[in-house]
Amino acid sequence: MKRDWLGKVVAPAAVGVFVLALWQWLVTALEVPVYLVPSPLVVAQTLVDDRVLLLGSLWVTLKVTFAAFVIAVLGGTAMAFVFVQSRWVERSLFPYAVLLQVTPIVAIAPLIIIWVDNAGVALTLCAAIVAIFPVISNTTLGLRSVSPGLVDLFRMNKATRWQTLARLRIPSALPYFFGGLRISSGLSLIGAVVAEFVAGTGGTGAGLAYQILVSGFQLNVPRLFAALFLITLTGVVLFVLMVWLSRLALGDWHESELMIEP
Amino acid sequence: MAADKPATDALQGAAVVDVRGVEKRFANGTQALAPVDLAVRPGEFVTLLGPSGCGKSTLLRTIAGLTQPSAGTLRWWGGGMAGVGEPGRKLVFVFQDATLMPWTRVRANVRLPLDLAGVPREEADARVDASLALVGLAKFDRHYPRELSGGMQMRTSIARALVTEPDLLLLDEPFGALDEITRNKLDADLLALWWRKRFTVMFVTHSIYEAVFLSTRVVVMSARPGRVFREIVIDAPHPRSEGFRVTQQFAAYAKLLSECLLEASTEGAPQGNAGAPSGGVVGMAGKPGAST
Repeated sequence: MKRDWLGKVVAPAAVGVFVLALWQWLVTALEVPVYLVPSPLVVAQTLVDDRVLLLGSLWVTLKVTFAAFVIAVLGGTAMAFVFVQSRWVERSLFPYAVLLQVTPIVAIAPLIIIWVDNAGVALTLCAAIVAIFPVISNTTLGLRSVSPGLVDLFRMNKATRWQTLARLRIPSALPYFFGGLRISSGLSLIGAVVAEFVAGTGGTGAGLAYQILVSGFQLNVPRLFAALFLITLTGVVLFVLMVWLSRLALGDWHESELMIEP
Repeated sequence: MAADKPATDALQGAAVVDVRGVEKRFANGTQALAPVDLAVRPGEFVTLLGPSGCGKSTLLRTIAGLTQPSAGTLRWWGGGMAGVGEPGRKLVFVFQDATLMPWTRVRANVRLPLDLAGVPREEADARVDASLALVGLAKFDRHYPRELSGGMQMRTSIARALVTEPDLLLLDEPFGALDEITRNKLDADLLALWWRKRFTVMFVTHSIYEAVFLSTRVVVMSARPGRVFREIVIDAPHPRSEGFRVTQQFAAYAKLLSECLLEASTEGAPQGNAGAPSGGVVGMAGKPGAST
């Protein structure tokens, strides 16, 4: 257990520290100007100095991300339940779900922003469109991936449709659902950032993407790096959160979450 | 359902399962079962023995109501499928593999039929305890299925079948995936349970030794299309112990069944595929008893 921890945390942390040190050393040694590549220390300093501005933007982006994620999960799961009701429903609707997935959000975002008055709502909608597909497809697959033997068992015990759903289909679908959640959480963030880039909303509703845009125009590269760092950090935290949730739900029984003993 | 009118003669009423002229043809045209007639009386331990593809599993699944016959009639305790499940007419099916829900523990898996039937929790738990004790898993109720060996998973599956206190137990090659030592042990335990509880059993296997050891009657089936080739009564006293396996009588029955299977395969082959060469089957004829 102790060695496991060592491998999981210390090794990647060491790599991170090494890369940062190398970066710092190269930038100092080669005297790279700060408007091209700022050193890690300068970025850290910027994070502290501009914290009010950056944290405010982070909060804006987070709100959009979470709202989009919640919509994607609820909407996607609801769609999946509709899909598994009959093959006909799935055949008629699935192509449109795919359409949603393959259309680049950058291409439809301007339209949505024109149609929807409220900028926050428009951004959330864009991000939700990006994030919804993995939830739909994974949950649908999961609800269908039920062991045929168990289906027979439930049938022979005269289980009602509801009992079969609650006791068999939903538990069977959980591993797939959490797989979808992991992908979808990352996509919510990406969707929120991309939509904001397209929208270019400023003023009080300025998110991290806006800060990156403006910092680029002003050649304020340290702030650009600081904003980028916050976006990446958010993505990692989201991913870890999903892994933790999935372990909480499946840890006791599913193969994907079992510890393999050496 | 076609067979819903009440029983007319007393003999029919006496049979737990009465299969008359049951045929099964799949959608692709394959005939899995030629007309099959078979009656099982209360308290019997009937084994369906035959090579793979002889329709023995299909016949069992038809009797369980999991598939509909293409022709013929089926009666359960003299009545139709609608009466199955009432007191004294309970039927359970044990699958080839344990078919447990991996996300719940042994206890919840065994309790499932009672939960689905809406049996109160306290009563259900008491029955689960009794059932687990019968199969020797009393101490494993808190385990997840993956934590159990193959044999223990199968025991869990049988406990789940017994929890409803069935009158007819249908088992479809339940121990086929297990090693021989574990299988022998489970066979002996199942036989002891049958002797004690007096339910009726229909058991599918392709093992001659399993058939001889367990059965009061063996139904030998032949393939393409599946049909009953011969019925052999295993006239050895119950309760049988492991010692039965090493008796002369056991060996004689095993030999008889081997010959019977061989005969069934040589006779059955040309019929199913007229004109095709049956060289493979003829080549086997020189060494009887070489099966399994």
